[in-house]
Amino acid sequence: MLTYTLQRVALALAIVFVAISALFTIMVTLPGDPTTVLLGPRATPEIRAEFRLQMGLDNPIYVQLADFWGRVLAGDLGTDYYRNRPVAVAVFSALPHTTALVFGAIFWSASLGIVLGAFSADNRNSLLDRVTGVLSVAFIAAPSFVVALYALLLFSVTLRWFPTIGAGEPGDIGSRLYHLILPSLAIGLAWVGYVARIVRASMLETLSESYIRTARAFGLPRRVVIYNYALRVAILPAVQVLGVGIGGMLSAAVFAEIVFSRPGIGSLIYDSVSGRNYPVVMGSMLVAIGFFVTCALIADLINAALDPRHRTKS
Amino acid sequence: MTHFRYTLLGRLLADPMAVVAIVIISGLVLAAIFADVIAPHDFRAMNMADRFAPPSWHYWLGTDNLGRDTFSRLLQGGRIALYVAMTAVSISALIGLVLGMLAGFGPRWLDNTLLFFFDTLRAYPTIILALALAALLPRGLSTVIIVVVVTSFSEYGRVVRTQTLSLKNAEFILAERAMGASFGRIVFHHILPNVLGPFFILAAMNLPVVITIEAGMSFLGIGVPPGTPSWGATLKDGFDFIRTTPWIILSGGLPLILVTLGFTFLGEALRDQLDPKLRKGR
Repeated sequence: MLTYTLQRVALALAIVFVAISALFTIMVTLPGDPTTVLLGPRATPEIRAEFRLQMGLDNPIYVQLADFWGRVLAGDLGTDYYRNRPVAVAVFSALPHTTALVFGAIFWSASLGIVLGAFSADNRNSLLDRVTGVLSVAFIAAPSFVVALYALLLFSVTLRWFPTIGAGEPGDIGSRLYHLILPSLAIGLAWVGYVARIVRASMLETLSESYIRTARAFGLPRRVVIYNYALRVAILPAVQVLGVGIGGMLSAAVFAEIVFSRPGIGSLIYDSVSGRNYPVVMGSMLVAIGFFVTCALIADLINAALDPRHRTKS
Repeated sequence: MTHFRYTLLGRLLADPMAVVAIVIISGLVLAAIFADVIAPHDFRAMNMADRFAPPSWHYWLGTDNLGRDTFSRLLQGGRIALYVAMTAVSISALIGLVLGMLAGFGPRWLDNTLLFFFDTLRAYPTIILALALAALLPRGLSTVIIVVVVTSFSEYGRVVRTQTLSLKNAEFILAERAMGASFGRIVFHHILPNVLGPFFILAAMNLPVVITIEAGMSFLGIGVPPGTPSWGATLKDGFDFIRTTPWIILSGGLPLILVTLGFTFLGEALRDQLDPKLRKGR
């Protein structure tokens, strides 16, 4: 397990390193004056000169790259020249909102998906199983930003059950959660379908294992066998899928944050792109990719810890 | 003809989900092809007197903030969606096919390098990468296609690689090799046909994803140029006036939901038919 963990961590670090370096190289080597590209057309000549010196833009690309990583490792993500603040401050004040949103979505998809999946496996070929089957596919198919728009229209604008904008009062947990319900559901809905199907399929597989038959032969109640014994094993593939799915959820979070006017990494990148605020774009990308790779890594390790077969697969 | 029931199409037509999918998709394709004939109005024509008109006999789905007919714009949007989806999916599928077979057949180091490359590309969340690239590339459909290709070919590569690896040492390939078959014959006569099944399922499943990415990018204003009637752009127009004129968003989202539903159902049905191993436990 230790070797496996070290291997996975090394791979994850290498992926983040290469992914960000590639992006950095593309941004710096693109035709045109890099100060215009990186600072936007509205930067003053003084800022440009300072930036050119500070970024070492006259150095060869590998030196710039090394400088960039040196600064990142020291915790400096650059400076947001428009608002005159460190990029790290902007990014890390936005990150908790996006994290809450993504984990809210995971909460919805895991809770609803596992219940639906386990129930369909338990009542196989019943009407409810069939309806769930079609509904899962329909949920998977529904584009998350259309779901977000429709949810906003129905529940916030028309029915006025939920707020339309913002992330709630700072410090007030109740208000924060209240503002989180609709956007996280809009992101999670697609994953409800995925999780339900995966749990159903792996549950059916588990139920045919011999130890389940043994448990039944011992006379354990059906409900205990299904929900205590089989379900525990059957949710493993769902953990893996949700871990990898965080990348998709991050993309969906961009829409949810814009549709519901929430602060977060997605709306930060969106605003920075519209304002051509490159240091912030770069910093947010770094954090978003790091976040995604970390989550996928954690899901992988959880799976490896729970199911030893997983460790030898790759 | 007697065996029609046993052909792929025949088996698909026996599956109600596939029939629904085929009806939806062919309806959309026809609507996109004959958009100019069906459209009751010119999709570009602005009619300031009829701004924000609600749905009526004259404007079936109402008009937007510039008095343009939403129904006619959605028909044109279908063309854009299909064009982007077909182009982007073919390009990324082709790149993935070539790289995946290279990884499957090549030496160990090449396989590892390509796998690492695929893993790295997968680390970019699609829309976030789209936003970063949109700041560097000009706004337009080619940017949308580049973003989709960059983020999706690795998936084809992985599937093709896995399939190639498992086939490479299959008995019938070893037999072929023992009989002195050339490398080209093994690749094109034996490996390729067996790789194509899962490959086409993935492509069918990917079409709606690509259509959603295009609409999403256009919604964010980093997709099609301003004024182009993409579904995402229509949704953006609707979003700006969501409180006063909800029908723009309602009708703008419908084709997107229909098309993703149609392609997802088709992908599911294709998978059931082409890949019995993956068939849902029944």
